Amino acid sequence: MTDKTVPQSGHVVPAVFTRDMLDWLPWLEPVAADRMTERQLASLVDAARVKSDYFRLLARDPDVLEARTRTDKDIFYNPDAGLPRAERELAAATTSRLNGCIYCASVHARFAATYSKRVADVDKLLAEGVGADLDKRWNAIVAASVALTETPITFGPRHIDALREVGLDDDAIVDVINAASFFNWANRLMLSLGEPTPAA
Amino acid sequence: MQADVIDTLAGIAPGSHLDTVRRTRRAVAREHAQKSYDSLFAPADYGDFSPAERYAIAVFVAGLHGQTAIKDFYAAKLGSAGAIDAEIAAASTKGPYGAYPKGPLSKEDTPGPIHRVAEAQRKALGPKLAAAFEHVHMLVFHPRDAAPPSLQAMLDAGWTTDAVVTLSQLVAFLSFQIRVVAGLKVLAAKS
Repeated sequence: MTDKTVPQSGHVVPAVFTRDMLDWLPWLEPVAADRMTERQLASLVDAARVKSDYFRLLARDPDVLEARTRTDKDIFYNPDAGLPRAERELAAATTSRLNGCIYCASVHARFAATYSKRVADVDKLLAEGVGADLDKRWNAIVAASVALTETPITFGPRHIDALREVGLDDDAIVDVINAASFFNWANRLMLSLGEPTPAA
Repeated sequence: MQADVIDTLAGIAPGSHLDTVRRTRRAVAREHAQKSYDSLFAPADYGDFSPAERYAIAVFVAGLHGQTAIKDFYAAKLGSAGAIDAEIAAASTKGPYGAYPKGPLSKEDTPGPIHRVAEAQRKALGPKLAAAFEHVHMLVFHPRDAAPPSLQAMLDAGWTTDAVVTLSQLVAFLSFQIRVVAGLKVLAAKS
């Protein structure tokens, strides 16, 4: 018997990039919360994620979900050296803006604004797109994230030069590479397995 | 123990500067990027998604990125990649493009090809892989065009919901791995 998608209808579709809270509606059936195996529950890493359709859908392959989540957390939350959290979030928001993931952009624009306190600059990135003029340091991080997100990848020596010129050491440059690359993973899941709607 | 695949593909030697950065600063990310690879390409249970299908899709994704060395890495595990090479040639373009929900963002809509596998190629690849390649092309180049009919087309071609989730993870993971490798190679050359 052929499996079926679960198309969503009747919901509001966000038509702009925003820092507002959004929900996410799945197009494939998540594992029901009360039917999760021990392995699937463990793969969520954060127990509270059992409330999320997104994570219960990805729990259909728990080993991949858990490895994905632990990769994500270290790239973004590990405070040891490298790029400040705000600018890792800037790379994530930029990647999401260019790929067109309204859901991911909303989450990481909120984080970028919270940690940097540069609300106007984050909103400018959302409104104008990845060509927005922010400041020299943020422009260099945005340009590197864009070059890593394009297919084929256009990231080259001039991006490294520009990042070094605004003060990034190699630990920080590795964080830019990891953060922008990781959102090319996250955006593709969020965009292709469901869709956003304003939070209730 | 298997070598770290990102190190292998990026040419990062043990004890080198970037090896130290990866191991000391982001050891957990390094370990779990490798675990992601292992879970996708050498899982305990392949379920409804065979090793050959996994490697075929990896060859296609790396080829669409124009990353010859990474494509060769996956092709070596697959054996013959003839029909896939032809499909890469037919499907290559530049991304990201695609449409937004109607409204203020419509002015940013960027047109681009929706890939369809030609009949002769469909026979060479088989119906399951052909349906997957059409979806994968969208994931690689224009993910914001994703919609339920593309998933349903894969389900109709014989993919299960579990396998579609794993396939989506595989393509999304490769989109990460390929970029990390490309980025680290550029950085290594400038160190």
